[in-house]
Amino acid sequence: MALIASLVLMVMDFRFHQLQYLRDSLTVVLHPLYLIADFPKTASHWLSDTTSTREQLQDSNASLKEENLRLLARLQKFESLQAENIRLRNLLDSTLKIDDRFLIAEITSVDLDPYRHQVLINKGSASGVFVGQAVLDADAVLGQVIQVTPLSSTVLLISDATHSVPVEIVRTGERSIAIGTGKIGTLDLPHLPSQTDIEVGDTLVTSGLGGKFPAGYPVASISSINRDTNSGFAQISATPTAYLERSRQVLLVWRNDQNSVNQ
Amino acid sequence: MAQDQNRIWVVWLSLLLALFLTIVPIPSVIEIYRPQWLALFLIYWTIALPERINVGHGFIFGLLLDVLTGTTMGENALSLSLITFIAYQAHPRLRVFPYIQQAFSVLALLLIQKLISFVVLGMTLGMTPESSYWTAPLIGVLLWPSIFYFLRKTRRRMRVH
Repeated sequence: MALIASLVLMVMDFRFHQLQYLRDSLTVVLHPLYLIADFPKTASHWLSDTTSTREQLQDSNASLKEENLRLLARLQKFESLQAENIRLRNLLDSTLKIDDRFLIAEITSVDLDPYRHQVLINKGSASGVFVGQAVLDADAVLGQVIQVTPLSSTVLLISDATHSVPVEIVRTGERSIAIGTGKIGTLDLPHLPSQTDIEVGDTLVTSGLGGKFPAGYPVASISSINRDTNSGFAQISATPTAYLERSRQVLLVWRNDQNSVNQ
Repeated sequence: MAQDQNRIWVVWLSLLLALFLTIVPIPSVIEIYRPQWLALFLIYWTIALPERINVGHGFIFGLLLDVLTGTTMGENALSLSLITFIAYQAHPRLRVFPYIQQAFSVLALLLIQKLISFVVLGMTLGMTPESSYWTAPLIGVLLWPSIFYFLRKTRRRMRVH
């Protein structure tokens, strides 16, 4: 009985994705377990925060101020460029919405299945997170939300074997799809012909096709190219730019045209 | 008798502990060697209390494990139902087996879970894990005596029948 039930469950989950509701409600029930497992990390953060000395705080404050100043200076330049970009696009009559909205979330330190590249973050539908939302770290695209509960959500990393992201080569503008391999640190680009103009070190950014990821965020850089294949397609691998294993804080993105509940 | 019945929460608490041990963060280098806590705990309780703990518990807690770790729903529910079923069928023998023989039986049961996950990984992700994937059951068997001792002590102290 139980064996048949579990087989049916597996087929339903994998083939038809019909169990989201059951999975969501069970995750809510199990939320305390996540909190307990995450507790040592949270407690040690809190402890180091409360016991840090005045000098340490002053030091970090000073360095943060300095960094803030540097970033503000860069932002000024960026803003003028953005204004110019919008002006030019208006001339061309094309609409591109820049200005995405962000929400910072933290990756909880619980270990999920080591063969599925998923992480749990501490923001859920109560903060307006939705399934399919793009997740970034400070450097690049990290993955997308695949499950949302009120207080937490699960993020599928771009390196998972079931994940693909539409990309564009910055140098040439050529589009392709970067597919996860199940290994942290490698993506595959299987759909480019051997004679493609592509070089090791080329940067890939999201192309915005497919509608899930906003356009223009860095994804990966090309790490190896093998053009000697019989299939006519080159074997190209890329290294994700985001620190998939080490990120602690992530950014959830709302594109400007997607309305959402709150900040 | 009514009092005894209530003691079943001790078992549930220990199974929740096993779930907790499965997700508690450890360095990612040794993550792959993490013992199959829930399977080990379920095997003990099935052998100790076969009339109370069997396939139903294997199924429910397997499902919880699936939800908790993000595996395909039913993957661990299937393997843990199978493990508890076999342990239930064999419990009269498992109880009286000498230590070595019992350890080998536990190893076989733990391998069932790994084998099912292996097949599911291959079917859903098209992925073949490296050979170190198979070492977790060995570590589980090495831990088996201490788990057995700890749970038996808990069971006797709490008088769970």
